[in-house]
Amino acid sequence: MQTTTRTAQRNATEGSAGQVGVHHVSKAFGATQAMVNVTLSVEPGEFVAIVGPSGCGKSTLLSAIAGLIEPDSGEVLLDGVPATNRLGRVALMPQRDALLPWRTVLDNAVLGAEIHGETRDAARQRARALLPRFGLEGFGEHYPSALSGGMRQRAAFLRTVLTDRDVLLLDEPFGALDALTRRSMQEWLLDLWDELGRTILMVTHDVEEALLLSDRVAVMTARPGTIKLVERVQLPRPRRAEMAAEPTLVRQKAELLAALKDEVSLTGEPGGRR
Amino acid sequence: MTGATRERPNASPTATERQAPRAPRLPDATVALSWLLPLLALAVALAAWEIGVWIDNTPRWFLPKPTDIAREMVTSRALLLDHTWTTAQEVLVGLALAFALGVMLAVAIASSRLVERAIYPAIVASQAIPIIALAPILLIWFGYGMTPKVIVVVLICFFPIVVSMVDGLRAADPDAIALLRSMGASRVQIMRIVRVPASLPNLFSGLRIAAAVSVIGALVGEWVGASSGLGYLMTRSAAQFQTPRLFAAVTIAALMGVLLFALVALVERLALPWRAAERRGGRRGGG
Repeated sequence: MQTTTRTAQRNATEGSAGQVGVHHVSKAFGATQAMVNVTLSVEPGEFVAIVGPSGCGKSTLLSAIAGLIEPDSGEVLLDGVPATNRLGRVALMPQRDALLPWRTVLDNAVLGAEIHGETRDAARQRARALLPRFGLEGFGEHYPSALSGGMRQRAAFLRTVLTDRDVLLLDEPFGALDALTRRSMQEWLLDLWDELGRTILMVTHDVEEALLLSDRVAVMTARPGTIKLVERVQLPRPRRAEMAAEPTLVRQKAELLAALKDEVSLTGEPGGRR
Repeated sequence: MTGATRERPNASPTATERQAPRAPRLPDATVALSWLLPLLALAVALAAWEIGVWIDNTPRWFLPKPTDIAREMVTSRALLLDHTWTTAQEVLVGLALAFALGVMLAVAIASSRLVERAIYPAIVASQAIPIIALAPILLIWFGYGMTPKVIVVVLICFFPIVVSMVDGLRAADPDAIALLRSMGASRVQIMRIVRVPASLPNLFSGLRIAAAVSVIGALVGEWVGASSGLGYLMTRSAAQFQTPRLFAAVTIAALMGVLLFALVALVERLALPWRAAERRGGRRGGG
């Protein structure tokens, strides 16, 4: 049922499938104002990164887009139309991988498809075909506890991709990884990016990661979070990890870091979470 | 409970390579010792008992020797088996009902705040009533048959099952629940896919406790009034100063409890293969 309504919606708004609009969204938890007047628009197939200090409401923004929380004011648009009931319409990859320890890698990967009504066998078939591309060949029948941190992250990402939505929301997908694994994961995602053709909204702490991967970078202010500036990344596609050393990226990185620095000193949390 | 088609993980050589360093395995001698030591302790205790009674010349009706008890077990085996069967039936039926009732109550409590507020206090209060005081009432209502004993077993066993499973259902990973919600999962799907599987380790802890106390429940039920069963045999043997037989019945009841406990542990191992994988693998290795 979910899929039929979705297809209908997509047909109705031809051309804007995968578009995300956040219009003047505010959200408070009790006395704490998490985000204020956030406005952001992501075009179909675009990769936008959100950077900001710890606790600035980046995750809250993703939760609001996914429909896990309702904003106090403002609205969220999906595919160009206001989406009041949007649970199940975008694919979320939570900060921690949230793999179910009692399910094998394959059974974790098909979770979204299963909930959307696909039979487990059909979904497993699709998942199995993608295992090599996700560096998980031969690990389909393993439990998550047998995987390394990078593999767990890729399994979680496979689950997100197989959820089969136009929009992927990634909440610090590489945040828990060590520097080396992180770098190889970024390269892997750069490679995979073209094949996917989905809209991606990614939250990260890492300015370089944001610049290397995304089309545009949005900087969020300290709490209460709001979008301070949005910069278009001046690197051509396709990207390579070596571009991290290019002068344009280095210059943009310095700019963004300067913008972020003001925010970090405001919150009194030098260095953020890492 | 989640999937009938799940395959066991295949232990390919790459898998073992990639696993995090294992806990150092105990050398075989240490493993053997861990089995041997408690058996040795038991043997020493029995020998001390045997020799002590023999030296002291304690009368058999007061304290029989272990060998007297063993002999009684052999000579009265038909009688003992008969009464053991009665008690075993009460225990197994009671445990099965307690399991069904406990799981249903736990899911209901974890699903609805209203249900929780309405029945959780009553469930806790039910444990404050001494079963021994309740047993005569059950006798009046249900007579000398199996029913009142089964009820006592259920009353004693469902509590640890409910409490531990409710804890497990509540302790389910909030991130996983949020993830499923973001996928558009219904409350029933979240219960089936995340909460119930997450609660199984806790449920088995509760079941182990229930298994250990279930025999006590049946014995209490039989003490109050019965025409068969190990508890009945105990009271009858005690009244007739057939102390070796009393000790034989007590031994069998204890063994029954141990056996049930071990059985639950075995089922747990088979039902939760991922737990064993987790213990072997550790959580996260390097990239």
